Amino acid sequence: MSTYAIQLKDASKHFGSVIAVDRVSLSIHDGEFFSLLGPSGCGKTTTLRLIAGFELPTQGDIYICGELQGETPPYRRPVNTVFQNYALFPHMTIFQNVAFGLEMQKVARAEIRQRVSEVLEMVRLPGMGGRKPSQLSGGQQQRVALARALVNRPRVLLLDEPLGALDLKLRKAMQLELKELQRRVGITFVYVTHDQEEALTMSDRIAVMQHGRVLQVGTPEQIYEQPASRFVADFIGETNFLEGQVKGRRGSEVAVVVDGVLTLHVPAERAVGMEDEVTVAIRPEKISLHAEPPDAQAVPGVVEEVIYTGTDTRYLIRLTGQTIVTVRQQNVAVGSSACFAPGTRLYLRWQPESARLLMA
Amino acid sequence: MTHIRSRREALRLLFLISPSLFWLIVFFFVPLLLVFAISFGERGTYGGVRWVLNLENYRRFFDPLYLRIFGRTLYIAAATTIICLLVGYPLAYFIATRPPRWRNAFLLLLMIPFWTNFLVRTYAWLLILRDKGLINTFWTGSLHMGLLQLSRLLPLPIWEPLLRATANPLTLFGTDGAIIIGLVYGWLPDMVLPCYAAIERFDFSLVEAAQDLYANRRQSFLRVILPMTMSGVVAGSVLVFIPSLGAYVTPDLLGGAKSIMIGNVIYSQFMAARDYPFGSAVSFVLMAVMLAGTLIYFRTGRE
Repeated sequence: MSTYAIQLKDASKHFGSVIAVDRVSLSIHDGEFFSLLGPSGCGKTTTLRLIAGFELPTQGDIYICGELQGETPPYRRPVNTVFQNYALFPHMTIFQNVAFGLEMQKVARAEIRQRVSEVLEMVRLPGMGGRKPSQLSGGQQQRVALARALVNRPRVLLLDEPLGALDLKLRKAMQLELKELQRRVGITFVYVTHDQEEALTMSDRIAVMQHGRVLQVGTPEQIYEQPASRFVADFIGETNFLEGQVKGRRGSEVAVVVDGVLTLHVPAERAVGMEDEVTVAIRPEKISLHAEPPDAQAVPGVVEEVIYTGTDTRYLIRLTGQTIVTVRQQNVAVGSSACFAPGTRLYLRWQPESARLLMA
Repeated sequence: MTHIRSRREALRLLFLISPSLFWLIVFFFVPLLLVFAISFGERGTYGGVRWVLNLENYRRFFDPLYLRIFGRTLYIAAATTIICLLVGYPLAYFIATRPPRWRNAFLLLLMIPFWTNFLVRTYAWLLILRDKGLINTFWTGSLHMGLLQLSRLLPLPIWEPLLRATANPLTLFGTDGAIIIGLVYGWLPDMVLPCYAAIERFDFSLVEAAQDLYANRRQSFLRVILPMTMSGVVAGSVLVFIPSLGAYVTPDLLGGAKSIMIGNVIYSQFMAARDYPFGSAVSFVLMAVMLAGTLIYFRTGRE
C-alpha cells in the first residue's frame, strides 16, 4: 500500500523531563539515502534508536515497510545498524562478526560462508576474515561494521555517524564509497550526522533537527537554497543575517528596512504584515562586488577586512552603522587577488531570489 | 654503553624487589622446602620427624579412606564454586548495571557482613542449622503447630505426610550441605568482585549490536556478554575453588564428626596424630592438585 521504507507518525521520546524527540513525523522512501542532520543533542540519534527499536517511543507510531512496530524488540525488526563506535565483537574474528547475524537467523553454514566472503569482497576486505577487530585500522573496522550489517540484506540500514571517528581524508573517500555502495545495493539508508557537508554530499533528502524537532525536510539543494528558518540557514553553510522591519510591499516583493536606513527588496514567499520584524538571509557567495553601482538595486558598503583563504577571498563589508556582511569571491584570476583593499567604497549586488525572508 | 645501562637497571630492579624477595624466600619458599623434605620422612615414636627417604606417606594417601575424603573435598569445593557462580554472577551483573552512584553502595552492603570475624559468622550458621537451631525451631515448632491446627479445621488426608515430616527436626548440621552453605556464604564476595569488575568493564553497546543482529536476550548473553566477562568468571572460580579445597574451619564447625574434608585431615595429622611427615605429604598432594587444576582451568578459559 505504501512505498515508504520508514514512517514516523508524531513520534516522541521523553527521558524523564527531557524531551529528546518531539512529535517527529517523517516518511522515508524505499531506496532513499535519507540523512538526519543536526547539532549534538538535537535528537537525531534517539530518532534512529527509535527506528532500530533500542528505545520505544513515549508517544506516536513507527512503521517499517508499512508495518507498525509497537514494542517489537530490535532483534525482530528488518533493519540493521552501523554504530558510531562500530561495536564490533572484540572476542570474535572478522568472519565471526560478519557471520553473527546470519547465524542468529539460522542460515545454513555453506550459505553463511559464501555470503560473508561476498560481502567482505564488496567492502574491499577480502581475506581478512581470520583477523580480530583490534588488528584492523579504524577505516577497516568501519567497513567490517558495514559488512556485518549489509550481509543480512536488511530492508533499511541505519547509520549513526559511521564516519565520525575517521580522519578527514579517509572520511571524504568513504563518503563517496558509501554513496556508491548504497546506489549499488539499493537499500534504504537512514544516516545520522552532525556534519552538514557530509549530509549535503551524500543524501537524497535531509531532515534538519533541533531540540528534538524536525525543522525542515528537503533535498540538499532545497535545504541550502531555501532554508525554512534562521536555524537551518545558519546550520547549513554560512549565511549573512540582516535584521529589519517590513515597511512596504511591491508586487511579490516586500521592502525591508535594516537599521532604519538601508532598504532591501526581498521576494516574500510567506505572509508577512507591515512592521513585522524579519530577517533577510543571503549566502556570502551569492553576492557580487562592483566598484560602480551596476543598477538601482545595488547596495553601497565599505570594505572592513580582506581574508585570503586559497580558493576564495572573504570580504567583511560594512553596510550601515552596525551591519557587516561576509562576501565570498572565488579567486578566478591569478595575482593580486585582493581587488578591493580595506577602506574601499563599493557596491553589492545579488539576484533577488538569492535573498530569503525569514521570520525573526 | 647500552649493556652497562641495562645492567644498572637490572641492579636497580633487584634492589626494588629485594624486600618482597627476601620475605618470600625466608617465610614461604624455605618453609615449603622443609615441608616437602618432611613429607619423605617418618613419624618419630614421640612425634617429631625421623629423617629417612621413603615414599610411604604418599602411598598412604592413596588409601581408600583418604581418597574418599579427598573425593568428598573435591565435590564440596566444586559444588561451592558452582553455587557461588550461580548466585554471584547474577548479583555482580545486577550491581554493575545500576547507576554508578548506586554501585559502590551495593558493593559496600556486600562487604559489610565480612567485617565480622569469619569464625563468628561460621558459628552463627551452626546456630541456624543445628537440630535445635533457628530453622528446626520453626520447622518442628510454628510450622508443625500451624499444620496441626489446619488439619483440625480441614480434616483432609494431605496433612498426614506433612505432619509426619515436621514432627522431627531436619538433619542439616553435620552434612555436606551444611559445609557447602557455610563455604558459599564465606566465599561469595570472592566470586562477586571479579565478576563485577569484568561486567562493569563490559561495553553494553555490544549487546545492542547483538540484538540488532537478531540475537534475542538469551543469545546475546551466551554469545557476547558471557564470553567477554569470562575473565571474571575464571578468576572468581579459582578464588572460590582453591580456598574451598583447603577449607578447615567451616567443615570443622559445620561438618560435625561425619563430614570432614582434607583440610581437617591435615590438621589432625599435625595436631592430634603428631604425624608431621604424613600431614606434609597430604599438603603437597593437595597443592599439586590445586596447581594442576588452576593451570588447566586458566588454559581452557583462555580458549
